[in-house]
Amino acid sequence: MQNVAVKAEPAAAVDRSAGNSVVKTDQLSLTFQTADGPVYALSNVNLTIEQGEFVSFIGPSGCGKTTLMRVIADLEQPTEGDITVNKVSPREARLNRAYGYVFQAPALYPWRQVDRNVTLPLEIMGLSQTEQQERAARYIEMVNLKGFEKKFPWQLSGGMQQRVSIARALSFEPDLLLMDEPFGALDEITRDHLNEQLLRLWEKTQKTVVFVTHSIPEAVFLSSKIVVMSPRPGRIIDVIDCNLPPDRTLDARETPEFLEIAHRVREGLRAGHSYDD
Amino acid sequence: MTTEVADPVTSAPAVRQPGLLSRAMSGKVGPVGLMLLLIVVIWYAGAVYLNAPRLIDGYERNDTEWNFSKLTDDAWAMERPILPAPHQVLIEMNNTIFGKKITSKRSLVYHSWVTISSTLLGFAMGTTLGMLLAVGIVHVKALDKSLMPWVIASQTIPILAIAPMIIVVLGAIGLTGLVPKSIISMYLCFFPVTIGMVKGLRSPDPLQLDLMRTYSSSTSQVFWKLRWPSSVPFLFASLKVAIAISLVGAIVGELPTGAQAGIGARLLVGSYYGQTIQIWSALVTASILAGLLVALVGLAEKFVLRRMGVVQAGGAG
Repeated sequence: MQNVAVKAEPAAAVDRSAGNSVVKTDQLSLTFQTADGPVYALSNVNLTIEQGEFVSFIGPSGCGKTTLMRVIADLEQPTEGDITVNKVSPREARLNRAYGYVFQAPALYPWRQVDRNVTLPLEIMGLSQTEQQERAARYIEMVNLKGFEKKFPWQLSGGMQQRVSIARALSFEPDLLLMDEPFGALDEITRDHLNEQLLRLWEKTQKTVVFVTHSIPEAVFLSSKIVVMSPRPGRIIDVIDCNLPPDRTLDARETPEFLEIAHRVREGLRAGHSYDD
Repeated sequence: MTTEVADPVTSAPAVRQPGLLSRAMSGKVGPVGLMLLLIVVIWYAGAVYLNAPRLIDGYERNDTEWNFSKLTDDAWAMERPILPAPHQVLIEMNNTIFGKKITSKRSLVYHSWVTISSTLLGFAMGTTLGMLLAVGIVHVKALDKSLMPWVIASQTIPILAIAPMIIVVLGAIGLTGLVPKSIISMYLCFFPVTIGMVKGLRSPDPLQLDLMRTYSSSTSQVFWKLRWPSSVPFLFASLKVAIAISLVGAIVGELPTGAQAGIGARLLVGSYYGQTIQIWSALVTASILAGLLVALVGLAEKFVLRRMGVVQAGGAG
């Protein structure tokens, strides 16, 4: 039981680093103005993400977890409240190329072969040819795609394409990795496999990862902190610290610790459920 | 290994079936051949039907005995028929394409070359103009609002009405020969290029654009690395239309020039002297040229798209 530290306070410090916040939001709200009236996507979100954490946002579809991620990435603008990324505004952080973003779909460029998809951000940043090739080789190997460098995206399976997009996000070596349901479209076997790979990668690189998912086992398995969100307006219901042993394998999903955290996540989701049934 | 997932490195990527395409090709020859045969039959029948009244008039005036077989023989062998028979057109084409020196004023090769050169120049100018307009329309909101209506309006003016005006105006400032004809081609062919390119440059999906934004890339980087490659398939679709109407533009441009040279000139001279066989052979030559030009663009398309790795048959866009 000592591995499971359950705390109620959202902003509670985590011992993984020395309180160096990568993302900090204060009463963050976002309202979309649509033809059918305003849509309250986020409401008074207070959240701190420390360096080196693996934070998952979990909640039902349409609860604003992707929107929150997009606000961090400066792809959406909040209507109220404050947010800092690396202690500066999201826009500055984006201009500093502070984060790598992995989308729900691989979003590969179909006319580029695997290695050229991985070097895309490096070309934009103006790295030298040799540096580009070296990094592409390194990260393609890291996601287990060695030998597929010269394939076009359509020649790869969905799981492989998503791994290319992860290699692409890693290639410019950001300290912060934003992953928006990266494995959502994959079958469960591939998903399990990639979950394990991602966990190993996180341990190896010590990056801060923000991960959006609607799978409870995925969130519990991967995260050091789980943020449970409710549907519209998107609010944070619970923040659960989740310190399973770092060298855990998929078998950890059958341990009592795992099940207890999963239970608490499920309780949180149920409490925030606004549907009638 | 704690899972039973197969090592992804060893699992081969999907292999495409090669037999499908060749089967479709063999299925294509039949229908196309049948259609051609049908057209030829209707053409021969039409030649008899249209030429018969004049022939029968002649028979009755000269008290010639005639039957149906004599009528068809004569209808397919008139010097100035209303509708010449296919073989007459083919013989005329053979004489004027292979039977004359290509420098001769009577050689269809010579006239075709005159038309092709202004077609190609007009196509190049039109494509350039069309692409520049598209780039402007996609990147500058004001241009999208102000330019697009004019682009569309330009195509509502009948080209036959405006072509002589262009020739006259350009002639007044000393431009004659190739350039005015090319400008008429350009006027016609920039339009599909603009429309296709605008669509193509806007075709990247939101995720692909967001990705560029997360790299804080410049507008020109977004253009060269994303918008331009995305637009290539659209561009080629437009170019196929553009090259065909570019040829039409060049022929139309030759009509008001006083008929010096070119396929348009052959059409005009033919109609002055009622040389229907000459007109038809010029027409058929023009359509063969158009077919060849479109096929050439199609070949370039195949080559480029294959190099880009974009699969043509229902693959990635």
